[in-house]
Amino acid sequence: MDSVGSIIMYVIIALSIVIFSVLAVTARKILRAATYLLFTLFATAALYFQLDYPFLGAVQIAVYAGGIVVLFVFAILLTSNPGDNSEKLESKKRFTGLVAALAMALVGGYALCTRCAALLPDMQSAGMQKIGETLMGTGYQQYLLPFEAVSVLLLACIIGGIVIARKR
Amino acid sequence: MDLNILCYLIPALIMFCCGVYGFITRKNMIAILISLELMLNAVDINFVVFNRFLFPGSMEGMFFTLFAIAIAAAETALAIAIIVNIFRAAKNIDVREITKMKF
Repeated sequence: MDSVGSIIMYVIIALSIVIFSVLAVTARKILRAATYLLFTLFATAALYFQLDYPFLGAVQIAVYAGGIVVLFVFAILLTSNPGDNSEKLESKKRFTGLVAALAMALVGGYALCTRCAALLPDMQSAGMQKIGETLMGTGYQQYLLPFEAVSVLLLACIIGGIVIARKR
Repeated sequence: MDLNILCYLIPALIMFCCGVYGFITRKNMIAILISLELMLNAVDINFVVFNRFLFPGSMEGMFFTLFAIAIAAAETALAIAIIVNIFRAAKNIDVREITKMKF
């Protein structure tokens, strides 16, 4: 039995995820779409906090909301006039998109509703020390190698971004 | 009333479907990238929810999401660099207009 507070919190988070993600793909102004994406990402971070993963929620806010959305806003301001509306969709294209999305929702929803029914088990939120040891350890179920691979990936990404975007 | 695993998976499913819809219908490259972010984010939610509900003691889903966030950040940065470069060459980031690879 969950407390009333957590259920209210859950309803707010789920509603904002659904509403803002629908708005993010239907907004005509591109800057508004980026703002709705930001709200969706915040709601996701709140979901992580509610599921007892505070570290993950903090990473979500710092990397997504603090980094990626700012990058989006810069790119939008560099490449388009922010007041412009995108032109109206052709009905054929909208129909294709709706069919694809609804088919996916139907298949996924059917598969989920017929198979998943687990209730929320109790869990201790993992402490910072355990997260650090898991991220930096070399033993069983510890993640030093992927961590280093990601660092090399980020370095390659920095160099690639500079090489692609610099002025020739 | 109890919150079961479906209560968390259904919003993620809706988010993913929004991403698919936007990916198909949008014409602006940055809007397509935004739809892509929505899809990646929905998948991240799924990893965390399955980890939390089915294997509450272990941390695999959490770390997978952590690395997925890092890779999504790298991918977005590169994609935006490419988009800025295309804008410089073609003065446009509409996917229907960009039909030549070489300018």
